[in-house]
Amino acid sequence: MKYERIAITPKAIEVLNQLKEKHGELIFHQSGGCCDGSAPMIFEKEDMYLDDSDILLGQLEGVNYYMNQDQYEYWKHTHLTIDITEGRGSSFSLEIPLGVRFIIHSRLFTEEESKALNP
Amino acid sequence: MGYSKPKFKDKYENFINGKFVAPVDGEYFDNNSPIDNTFIAKYPRSKKEDVNNAVEAANVAKDAWGNTSATERAAMLNKVADLIEANLEEFALVETCDNGKPIRETLNADIPLAIDHWRYFAAVIRAEEGSATELDANTLSMNIKEPLGVVAQIIPWNFPLLMLSWKLPPALAAGNCVILKPAEQTPSTATLLMEKIADVFPPGVVNIIHGFGPEAGKPLASHSKVDKVAFTGETTTGQLIMQYASKNLNPVTMELGGKSPNIFFNSVMDADDEFLDKAVEGAVLFAFNQGEVCTCPSRLLVQEDIYDAFMEKVIARTKAAIQANPYDVNTMVGAQASNDQYEKILSYIKIGKEEGAKVLTGGEACKLDGDLANGFYIQPTILEGHNKMRVFQEEIFGPVLAVTKFKDEAEALEIANDTLYGLGAGVWTRDAHQLYQIPRAIKAGRVWVNCYHAYPAHAPFGGYKKSGFGRETHLMMMNHYRQTKNMLISYDKNKLGFF
Repeated sequence: MKYERIAITPKAIEVLNQLKEKHGELIFHQSGGCCDGSAPMIFEKEDMYLDDSDILLGQLEGVNYYMNQDQYEYWKHTHLTIDITEGRGSSFSLEIPLGVRFIIHSRLFTEEESKALNP
Repeated sequence: MGYSKPKFKDKYENFINGKFVAPVDGEYFDNNSPIDNTFIAKYPRSKKEDVNNAVEAANVAKDAWGNTSATERAAMLNKVADLIEANLEEFALVETCDNGKPIRETLNADIPLAIDHWRYFAAVIRAEEGSATELDANTLSMNIKEPLGVVAQIIPWNFPLLMLSWKLPPALAAGNCVILKPAEQTPSTATLLMEKIADVFPPGVVNIIHGFGPEAGKPLASHSKVDKVAFTGETTTGQLIMQYASKNLNPVTMELGGKSPNIFFNSVMDADDEFLDKAVEGAVLFAFNQGEVCTCPSRLLVQEDIYDAFMEKVIARTKAAIQANPYDVNTMVGAQASNDQYEKILSYIKIGKEEGAKVLTGGEACKLDGDLANGFYIQPTILEGHNKMRVFQEEIFGPVLAVTKFKDEAEALEIANDTLYGLGAGVWTRDAHQLYQIPRAIKAGRVWVNCYHAYPAHAPFGGYKKSGFGRETHLMMMNHYRQTKNMLISYDKNKLGFF
């Protein structure tokens, strides 16, 4: 059985598809820190410089989801579901002009998921 | 004892080149109050063209402004301070409406502090000097400070006027022209300030652009005719801004938040006196400004032998905090600044519970009555757990405290420094050795010792590690907005003799 670290809700997929249509290829990057941090950011694929320190958590509707290595160390035991909510986060994330904001719901991995994903 | 929602115009504009101007493409966005989710006003949804106009105006103004005397610039900064002070109540009320924070905070903290930062930098440039060194009998090295030129500043929504007043005065005092973008959640006090001070500075010296990050923030941060970018916000946007700056080889300063430890050693409970009372309040300061502070003391570390007795007091004091209408002067905890913040905080409380943290108080949204039922309120919450939990590692930016105990100094330091961030920390003790040694061993830019959440001008503020770099609220910040011109002068009449 295949286990995933991330998932996305149908409502969030709608927004994601809207953004793909407008901007082309996209990536998610998990932010940390102040204000609008600790939330997913979505950018045009070429906008953000990524390297080995960015961990690929998975792919959502063809969009890669990254998190920085040191943040990942504290998050890797949790499953993330990307959802969408009304709101007005600042930051450069592309959904903001739509009056919505991607957010994350987390849960602990089950024992089976843990064995498979964090052996 | 109470206030109510202030009056606004239907629509506001950008402030460019000394005038209020509509956005080029005529688009606006609705700004709502988080207190009751009602409409405040429309603000410009600026785009690249608006940013270009502001950058152009600043570039035209920069040479003349850079050559004004320190006397003139200081007088203008003081005038801004006087104008805010003369309208303190109006600024406080608008800030409360826009951000959701209690009126007692805006009246007594946000606005008075903002005023003082303008005065501080007005004073700094009258007192500081360049330097000159006689390198040998005939050679003088002279250092003259020169402005960078045009500065872009992007500020957050947690202390809208105060963050503006941390950013604008040092840049202006140093002789730069500025384009500032307020956060789209809280555009109101920046606009009110421009209304009050429209004639204070020459056109183009101060420019305010409203709008969204991807549409207005990005073209501003990446603009080739901007000489420096200052940013307060989160890490991913911080990284992006540094990338853009790297294309222009521009300097940047970054303030990116933290997960600040607040450490209480057992000696705080040696006596039941004023100091213990102060210490308990110090622990409850996690709920100040609804936890929407970069230096929120969101990790509470308590020595194990006083843990139960101390926490009993902290929980009781937290429960006594009045969460009600932010316009009421007795209210201590108001609304979170936006719906997405509210949802994010609740989601963190949920994962905290799932990870096994024990809820000592709060743990849920706060439902207020009447008009406030549509606002974004969260109960001050204390979660007991351990430092590897996500609620101990991530900035929640809400009134959520994660508490754990430690055995001795070594363990306190190990936990305190086990974080990606290093902005603030608190140390509470009656032991004279700990008062010095513990703060020195904590990797953070600001350590409050037997106090917390004080932000006076004249004390430098900034981060270690992933909290960023640069030191604000201090004359040090001036050098983040300046170049050094070194003039190397020879008074020797004789040639080198090489050619």
